[in-house]
Amino acid sequence: MFINNSGVDFTMIVDIQKLSVDYSGIKVLDDISFGIAEGDFLGIIGPNGAGKSTLFHCMLGLRTQYDGTIKFFGQDIRDSRKYLSQVGFVPQKPVVDRNFPATIREVLSMSQNSSDSKKVDEALQKVWMHELADRRIGDLSVGQQQRVFIAKALVNSPKILVLDEPVTGIDQYNQDLFFQILGELNTKEKISIIWASHDLDAVERLASKVACLNKTLFFHGISKEFFSDDEMLKKYSETSMQMHMHHH
Amino acid sequence: MTFEAVSYESIPHALISGIAISLLCSVVGLFLVLRKFSLFGDALAHSAFGGVAFGLFIGIYPLWIACAVAILSALGLSKIRQKFDISGDAIVAILLSTGLGAGVILVSLTEDFEFHDIEEFLFGSAIVDTQNVVTILALAGAILTILFFTYKKILYSTFSEEQAKASGIPVEKMSYLLITMAGVTVVISMQLVGVLLISALFVLPNVSAMLYARSFKQTVILSMLFAVSATVSGIIMSYQFEIAQAGCIVLVAAAIFVGSLVAKGSGLVKTAGILAKRA
Ligand SMILES: Nc1ncnc2c1ncn2[C@@H]1O[C@H](COP(=O)(O)OP(=O)(O)OP(=O)(O)O)[C@@H](O)[C@H]1O
Ligand SMILES: [Mg+2]
Repeated sequence: MFINNSGVDFTMIVDIQKLSVDYSGIKVLDDISFGIAEGDFLGIIGPNGAGKSTLFHCMLGLRTQYDGTIKFFGQDIRDSRKYLSQVGFVPQKPVVDRNFPATIREVLSMSQNSSDSKKVDEALQKVWMHELADRRIGDLSVGQQQRVFIAKALVNSPKILVLDEPVTGIDQYNQDLFFQILGELNTKEKISIIWASHDLDAVERLASKVACLNKTLFFHGISKEFFSDDEMLKKYSETSMQMHMHHH
Repeated sequence: MTFEAVSYESIPHALISGIAISLLCSVVGLFLVLRKFSLFGDALAHSAFGGVAFGLFIGIYPLWIACAVAILSALGLSKIRQKFDISGDAIVAILLSTGLGAGVILVSLTEDFEFHDIEEFLFGSAIVDTQNVVTILALAGAILTILFFTYKKILYSTFSEEQAKASGIPVEKMSYLLITMAGVTVVISMQLVGVLLISALFVLPNVSAMLYARSFKQTVILSMLFAVSATVSGIIMSYQFEIAQAGCIVLVAAAIFVGSLVAKGSGLVKTAGILAKRA
């Protein structure tokens, strides 16, 4: 039930071994190892400063100074960046310059190699933003922008979606819609999802696996096991006291 | 000293090269403006001035030395910027003052130096030489072609460095490419408007366009339109009233900007969104 150190397994599409990161001498990730199998829906939980975003930055090649190895589709990401075309990423805080002169449609097609406007429309439809497609990105609310970025992550039909707290700033109704979309992407389109969240309830409802992170990985396994293990939950809430997070 | 007005014979040359330069400056400048690097053109021009002075000093035609100096120093500084996390505006200041400082020293060291040699680089001059026009057209064409094939990637890296990188775009390479193209653009344009006024062509048409445009495409088209009209009417004004060409171009560009502000402020034009919904 604890950290899975089973070594190379070819059903693993992501394989992280002994990942450690420090910022000027201070360790923020310490010896993290886990894998993601095809079709997994992995919720990554951990308090502020736990290292979730840092982990994602390493996985996506945004941070190259780390110890250990990260493999996508069996290949070390230090050797090739090709895997990125199969990965959609929604960053924690997308910064949008209010004056940036681009429509939502243009923002989505920036990440496309071809100018396939049908895919752009489809992706926008998935987040209910197609009616606003010709609005300027800076004119949207933060929550609407977040939805655009989710659509942007979907536009190239990725095999893996990496979401760093994607629903911050989205209202309850749209959060539920969004969770529904994630579920469908995972079950129907077989997209593997890696999702960092502070929302334990949502993680319990949606994720099939859970990784609990706070500098070290102190749980990685089946979601049900985590949420039915009171010891684990207690340990989790102790480490995240400062976050005022309670599991009901 | 004599600021050059356009003469009758040089009007075709001036117009052709002026239009090419305006198109180039408005597109390259747009990316710089969007990167909050509006004064980068100025910084490049000042370090190019250092290069011009160096060229005069060693007696080689200064423009290509200027080009090399501007690009190399800008590339070097942007490397340093990345490594030590220095802000963009500080880099601009460093490049600008160092280039000018070096230039001034070199000028003072150059024997039998005449102000006229450097004046055309400072304030621009009428372009009369056919060979020169051909070079300008060729370089402008080359850069616009490269931009046509890479603008999506450059735009994406401008929009969000993080997201662009995470989708596999070589963000650093794109930024070096942009700097190099900006360097060449500056050196070509120096002939038209000079070191001191180059920012006007990079910035004014774009800021005016961004007041109206809703989409990136609209911004590019409007900005090109503004830049070309400023240059063409500036050149004609210069000929008509026998006044300095560079000043005319810049003032018309500024007038377009002020006009845009007024038109927008008074609600005359709401947004260009009405004009082209799906541009
Ligand atoms: N650029 C940086 N320089 C120095 N320290 C950093 C940097 N980025 C992050 N850190 C540190 O690394 C640790 C992990 O940060 P990270 O952003 O990965 O946490 P997180 O789990 O994503 O937190 P949150 O829930 O708030 O998003 C924190 O202690 C933070 O202070
Ligand atoms: Mg984070």
